[in-house]
Amino acid sequence: MSAVLDAHGHPAHDAHDHAHGPTPGWRRWVYATNHKDIGTMYLLFSFTMLMIGGVLALCIRAELFKPGLQFFNPELFNQFTTMHGLIMVFGAIMPAFVGFANWMIPLQIGASDMAFARMNNFSFWLLIPAALLLVSSFFMPGGAPAAGWTLYAPLTLQMGPAMDAGIFAMHIMGASSIMGAINIIVTVLNMRAPGMTLMKMPLFAWTWLITAYLLIAVMPVLAGAITMTLTDRHFGTSFFNPAGGGDPVMYQHIFWFFGHPEVYIMILPAFGIVSAIIPAFARKKLFGYTSMVYATGSIAILSFIVWAHHMYTTGMPVTGQLFFMYATMLIAVPTGVKIFNWVATMWRGSMTFETPMLFAVGFLFVFSMGGFTGLILSMAPVDLQLQDTYYVVAHFHYVLVAGSLFAMFAGYYYWAPKWTGVMYSETRGRIHFWGSLIFFNVTFFPMHFLGLAGMPRRYADYPMQFADFNEVASIGAFGFGFMQVYFFLATVLPMMRGRGEPAPAKPWEGAEGLEWEVPSPAPHHTFETPPKLDETATRVVG
Amino acid sequence: MAWAADGAVQSLPGGPAVRQMDLAPPATQIAADVQSLHYGLLVVCLLIFVAVFGVMFYSILKHRKSLGAKPANFHESVKVEIAWTIVPFIIVACMGFAATKTVVAQKDTSNADLTIKVTGYQWKWGYEYLKGPGEGIQFLSTLDPAQRQMSDAGKPSGDDYLLKVDHPMVVPVGQKVRIITTANDVIHSWMIPAFGVKQDAIPGFVRDTWFRADRTGDFYGQCAELCGKEHAYMPIHVRVLSADDYAQWVAGEKKRLAELADDPKKVWEHDALMARGQQVYAGNCAVCHRPDGKGGGPVKPLDGSAKVLDADHLVQIQVLLHGQNNVMPSWKQLSDTEIAAVVTFTKNNWSNQTGQTVQPSEVTAARAQ
Amino acid sequence: MSAANDSHGTPYYFVPQPSRHPALGALALFLIAFGAAQWINDLSWGRYAVLAGFLVLFSVLFQWFGDAIRESEGGQYSQRIDASFRWSMSWFIFSEVMFFAAFFGALFWARAHVIPALGSLDNQLLWPDFKAVWPSEMPGATGSPAGTVAPFETMGPWPIPTLNTALLLTSGLTITMAHHALLADRRGTCIGWMWLTVALGATFLGFQAYEYMHAYHELNLKLTSGIYGSTFYMLTGFHGFHVLLGTLMLTVITLRLMKGHFSSKHHFGFEGVAWYWHFVDVVWLGLYLVVYWM
Ligand code: HEA
Ligand code: HEA
Ligand code: CUA
Ligand SMILES: [Cu+2]
Repeated sequence: MSAVLDAHGHPAHDAHDHAHGPTPGWRRWVYATNHKDIGTMYLLFSFTMLMIGGVLALCIRAELFKPGLQFFNPELFNQFTTMHGLIMVFGAIMPAFVGFANWMIPLQIGASDMAFARMNNFSFWLLIPAALLLVSSFFMPGGAPAAGWTLYAPLTLQMGPAMDAGIFAMHIMGASSIMGAINIIVTVLNMRAPGMTLMKMPLFAWTWLITAYLLIAVMPVLAGAITMTLTDRHFGTSFFNPAGGGDPVMYQHIFWFFGHPEVYIMILPAFGIVSAIIPAFARKKLFGYTSMVYATGSIAILSFIVWAHHMYTTGMPVTGQLFFMYATMLIAVPTGVKIFNWVATMWRGSMTFETPMLFAVGFLFVFSMGGFTGLILSMAPVDLQLQDTYYVVAHFHYVLVAGSLFAMFAGYYYWAPKWTGVMYSETRGRIHFWGSLIFFNVTFFPMHFLGLAGMPRRYADYPMQFADFNEVASIGAFGFGFMQVYFFLATVLPMMRGRGEPAPAKPWEGAEGLEWEVPSPAPHHTFETPPKLDETATRVVG
Repeated sequence: MAWAADGAVQSLPGGPAVRQMDLAPPATQIAADVQSLHYGLLVVCLLIFVAVFGVMFYSILKHRKSLGAKPANFHESVKVEIAWTIVPFIIVACMGFAATKTVVAQKDTSNADLTIKVTGYQWKWGYEYLKGPGEGIQFLSTLDPAQRQMSDAGKPSGDDYLLKVDHPMVVPVGQKVRIITTANDVIHSWMIPAFGVKQDAIPGFVRDTWFRADRTGDFYGQCAELCGKEHAYMPIHVRVLSADDYAQWVAGEKKRLAELADDPKKVWEHDALMARGQQVYAGNCAVCHRPDGKGGGPVKPLDGSAKVLDADHLVQIQVLLHGQNNVMPSWKQLSDTEIAAVVTFTKNNWSNQTGQTVQPSEVTAARAQ
Repeated sequence: MSAANDSHGTPYYFVPQPSRHPALGALALFLIAFGAAQWINDLSWGRYAVLAGFLVLFSVLFQWFGDAIRESEGGQYSQRIDASFRWSMSWFIFSEVMFFAAFFGALFWARAHVIPALGSLDNQLLWPDFKAVWPSEMPGATGSPAGTVAPFETMGPWPIPTLNTALLLTSGLTITMAHHALLADRRGTCIGWMWLTVALGATFLGFQAYEYMHAYHELNLKLTSGIYGSTFYMLTGFHGFHVLLGTLMLTVITLRLMKGHFSSKHHFGFEGVAWYWHFVDVVWLGLYLVVYWM
């Protein structure tokens, strides 16, 4: 274990001229080069953004509680919707997964840190100006951007100065994501401990490797799209202006070429987390490791050729519609393979249901519902009825909230003992799980009905017939929000303060992997010299 | 109020029903096809869902540590993997196959009996009957202002709340109607759920779709693409009439249009223009520039605006005809008289007391430039 | 513990000490982005924020690269770090390829779809007089259905773009010569080839600036010249910006060579810039073909 633990009295250590404890005071965080500290900052940042985005969601739900305008004018409402989407996607979900990657990937593959420690911190600190620009846009003349998170031209051309702040914010976040992705790829490809071959690597590292590849491929494309918006707004170009020979639909093509892979960017790391948790609590090896890897790769590749399923109603030629319909449906196949493998992992295992496992099973169940509604949306004729209605809103909250967010909760409960050195309270974890699961469905299930009945999304007010389901959804939303506050107060805060039972190095009987080979809390520096691994690459020997 | 809609509202035939949980009752063959596709998909998905999660829950119930389950040791099987790749593939292939015919049918807009051009404006719809019975009819269709006021007041009422327009689009039953969509400013989307139709209206481009209503009645939809702040307030109302009723409507409409057509050569009195201008302003401009003419956000104020006060009438007329800065759309679809009236009105309202009168002929001249 | 260090005291994998550069760099970008957002909305104080931002950014980059160079020259970077740099540079270039792809995609879409669609039979309803010709295909065409674009002439491949192609291709050659010289430990020769490369890059930029002036003043080809002007300036401008960056990077590398940095075995800094330069070169060939010839 000496390779793992902090060195005591190793004279050779002084050759590394870095200090061994963390730097005291605020410099520890602002000047951080330690992957664990940076991971913590990422996680706290994204939780803050989840709260801000969540409050905006509650404003939306409060307004929609009853028909008729209750609290906000429609313009402000559109700003809420837009900023809710942007903040959740770019501020909450994506950075949270990077936070998980920062904490866990070096631990899981036996690396001393991320490949580029300073750039790692740069990726994080770039998020702060981006978030400030985005959130402060509410106070700019004309208010925050109100063109939807998709920022469709030509509506964006009508927005006030906040739109430009938003565009620059997205540029900065894009730069942050690209740097983060490069860091992760290089760490995974180049810093694995000897013996940790690619095909022995934990799936979380695999899914992130592929996610990082997607990020590098599509973030620049988004940057390109919004740059064209910017020049159309201020420098007289006509990319999206038909009067000058441009095309508003061109924006949509470029945006969704980014946007569809983006949704897999938000789900693949979740798949990785779940693939770690289910075997741990089934006390049985993951079924079909190899096919899981291939399935992840197939999803990533397919994700580049399905973008126009968001655009069936723009009116494309029939061949285009058919192509994108078939291609989209194909994605159900590799995703199905994953679901089946997880179920097969559970089959004839010896299961227990601590909170991480509860969230993982909840993820499987509810994410699949979202996947199936996605499949229904992929069928072009049906989508023509459902496009831009609450059915779509239901679909993507099922995959994003019950998918990405639930997987992150699962990951939190699973790994936080390693991060903080204390166990969470199992009762509170269960309350959080059941509360979230129930309120989640109360919030979003009725939206399917609203969508089928034809209630359009991004509406500040709606016909009276839609009132009942909206009321239910709003009640659910407040309940769901309450559960997240509970989660923070009852679980996160005590753990951050170190209150709770001390966690053993490996709190989960069935867990496997190098992260459990180091003590809890994980020391500031781990694996400074590459550990020697056994042949499954899950244990440190000697 | 436990259930907001309890008794206070009834289902609207052709529009949403109270607590509706399914697609709208179809009024065209396409909508019926879509509905059966949706049912089919739903059944397949439910079956798979029940099968997969049946297995999972069985396992959760039986294979627990607390029941003494010992973990098995298998973790790989190429055969199984291949099986559960191929079977879903076949299932989705069947789904794709099933949908193909409808996709093709939906796209076939040839041989229409009646062609109507639908233009999305912020925030109203313009209808223009291009070909077929009723050719030449054109009008704008705007949300009834009382609805908007109820919304603002937070006190909605009525079964057709937010769906009532001043001037519904009217079509004959059983005829193939081709809809050509386009837009004036930003993207809108024209939809009628009961017809299974939704087509984006894209500025600068035309797109088309079609329907053939199989029964008479009123059908409703709402704009389905975010188009700015009044996005929720530009409903679509289609009235399907029998052939006879339709012919009658066409005749009436033609007569109305003839009466309404203002002679752009007419020279107006200042006060008459002001009165007309006030109507035009309330109907078109007030949403953005506000009734007090102060604008807000990117929308410029008119009260005290240099361009409005300019002694050269052309300055303001040009802005109305061609728009400005992407924010102000072009209003060339208004008649010369309407433009002249609203220009006169803004030049002489609020603190703008220029005393200028703008005649329709000036607009005609500006257009010709 | 000796496994950690090879015989020269190089750590197995160097992890830098806490550093203030990243946070300051983020502050710089905040100033730039915030200032720019105000500036383009006619709030002139924004430009001072932009200026301040750039000053901070340059000083941060200067110190940051300084640190990295010291670490590299101080022998802290093992083979493994070298491999990390190689991977990261490749992926960075890939991200740039995708950035360009967005703009090339826009040009492709405009020509293959938008212009034909705007001039199609159906669209005559809206633009009855519009003829679907791409401006470079017929003199006088503007590609603007509304006729809102002032007439302009398009930019052909002669003579400047072709000259520029020759310049860039030659510079690809000279940088390779420099690399060979470095590998053969002939530092003086290497530096000579490098300055030549820098000169070629700078000449390219000069020509391009001249081309832009010519376009603005004599051809009336502007950013506002409809979709043709938009794609023309976006693609060539974005590329020109990359040439500018590349030239700066080449200059820095050359100065470092003159200070005695790099050896025949250890010179990833050099190679990374060379890769970047080749990438800029290849993008140009694509541009030359689709922007100027087609
Ligand atoms: C995490 C994010 C995420 C994920 C994973 C997905 C997954 C999928 N999505 Fe979703 N989607 C979004 C996020 C996501 N989506 C968002 C944010 C939007 C809206 C954007 C906006 O407009 O604002 C959207 C919108 C959206 C649309 C456009 C709707 C519209 O606007 O009209 C479509 C249409 O095809 C679609 C389809 C799909 C499909 C087919 C999948 C598939 O990947 C799902 C595959 C999974 C399964 C099918 C379930 C499990 C499989 C089995 C158990 C196997 C057996 C099954 C069969 C054989 C059928 N999505
Ligand atoms: C990526 C992740 C993500 C997440 C996690 C969420 C979370 C939620 N979303 Fe969001 N949503 C999107 C992504 C996401 N959403 C996107 C991309 C859109 C499309 C935007 C667009 O159309 O452009 C959208 C749109 C969207 C709409 C449609 C708006 C419209 O069309 O006008 C609605 C409506 O109900 C909604 C609701 C919610 C709710 C109730 C939650 C809840 O899960 C939130 C729960 C969290 C909290 C509530 C925070 C915690 C609580 C507090 C900080 C204290 C206050 C609490 C109390 C007083 C109880 N979302
Ligand atoms: Cu028009 Cu929304
Ligand atoms: Cu998609």
